[in-house]
Amino acid sequence: MSLLQDMTLSLANTVFEGHRFDCLPISGEQEVLQVQVSGLEEMPIYVTVTDTQILCISYLFKKSELKEGSINELNALLLELSLPMPLSSFGMVGDRYVIYGALALTATAEHVMKELTTLASNAVDALQTLEPYLK
Amino acid sequence: MSVLRKIWTALRGSARELGDAVVDANSIRIFEQEIRDAQAAIDDSKRALTGVMADKMKIDRRLAELNDLIADDEASAVKALEQDNEALALEVAQRIAKREAERKEQFEIAERLASQIASLRQKIDAAEKIIADHQRELSIVRTTESVQKATVQIVDNIAAQDSTLSSARSSLERIKARQQRLDDRLAAGEVLARESGEQALDEKLKAAGIKGEAADANAILARLRARAES
Repeated sequence: MSLLQDMTLSLANTVFEGHRFDCLPISGEQEVLQVQVSGLEEMPIYVTVTDTQILCISYLFKKSELKEGSINELNALLLELSLPMPLSSFGMVGDRYVIYGALALTATAEHVMKELTTLASNAVDALQTLEPYLK
Repeated sequence: MSVLRKIWTALRGSARELGDAVVDANSIRIFEQEIRDAQAAIDDSKRALTGVMADKMKIDRRLAELNDLIADDEASAVKALEQDNEALALEVAQRIAKREAERKEQFEIAERLASQIASLRQKIDAAEKIIADHQRELSIVRTTESVQKATVQIVDNIAAQDSTLSSARSSLERIKARQQRLDDRLAAGEVLARESGEQALDEKLKAAGIKGEAADANAILARLRARAES
């Protein structure tokens, strides 16, 4: 059984700090698990396992959704916010801004749950904070 | 060229699609080959190392043996001299000379083996460093590709069935709606709490005869009496 399947099983039956986890495997060449944290469902998290880490990613917005002319300011703000934000950082995949966290392959189920709930909270927070930059 | 630099170059390429390889397959193959070569070099060096270490242990044992034998002979020679047996002392001294010559030879071999061991260990360390470096770099490449592939899959899969990924605006609206629901529920809770508080007060007033049916009857009577008097 893969690490991601293992994780799905333990997430599906647990309540962590008042949150439940709604898991949906995404089919395709790359194994991906969509996790929605209860109370923070608007920002689903996508979990992938690579040969060195567990990556948890939430997609914030596309570059094309941003107001013209404010992108440099936003980028600087994101770099500045990345450091104090607990457990998560901002990044980009293609033309999508993401917020993500990475865990070692040896992370326990509890570490993963802490990561998921923190990341979902950060994502909701970030989207609201960054609303002025959206078109 | 460093892998990060290669990835940077690839990502800047305008013709590139999300999910395309960031580093060409040939570079990856070369990398993997170098890791395999380094691993083979480690295996060879380790095999050689065990052989050399075994040889050195044999020599060390022989050196210890020679030291004991020479010490013994020296004691014997001293005793022979004490007995004024010059001839016997000389014979022992000759054996000591022979053993000392052998000890010198063995000692030189031991030195040579020790330097071989050191150089083999260095080779192993260097190969292990290459492997760690290459594996880290390969992992950067693989992670970049995994994340991009995953993104393409997620966009294709999810966008088709719901709007989760379609726009940040709609996510924001859903967040606001949820928070509004939460606020409404809190507010409703407060109203409920306040109402039940008011009700409790009314009950108390009624029980004290200040409010309620009896109080109302008295008020009506007073009003009627006032009208009759006017």
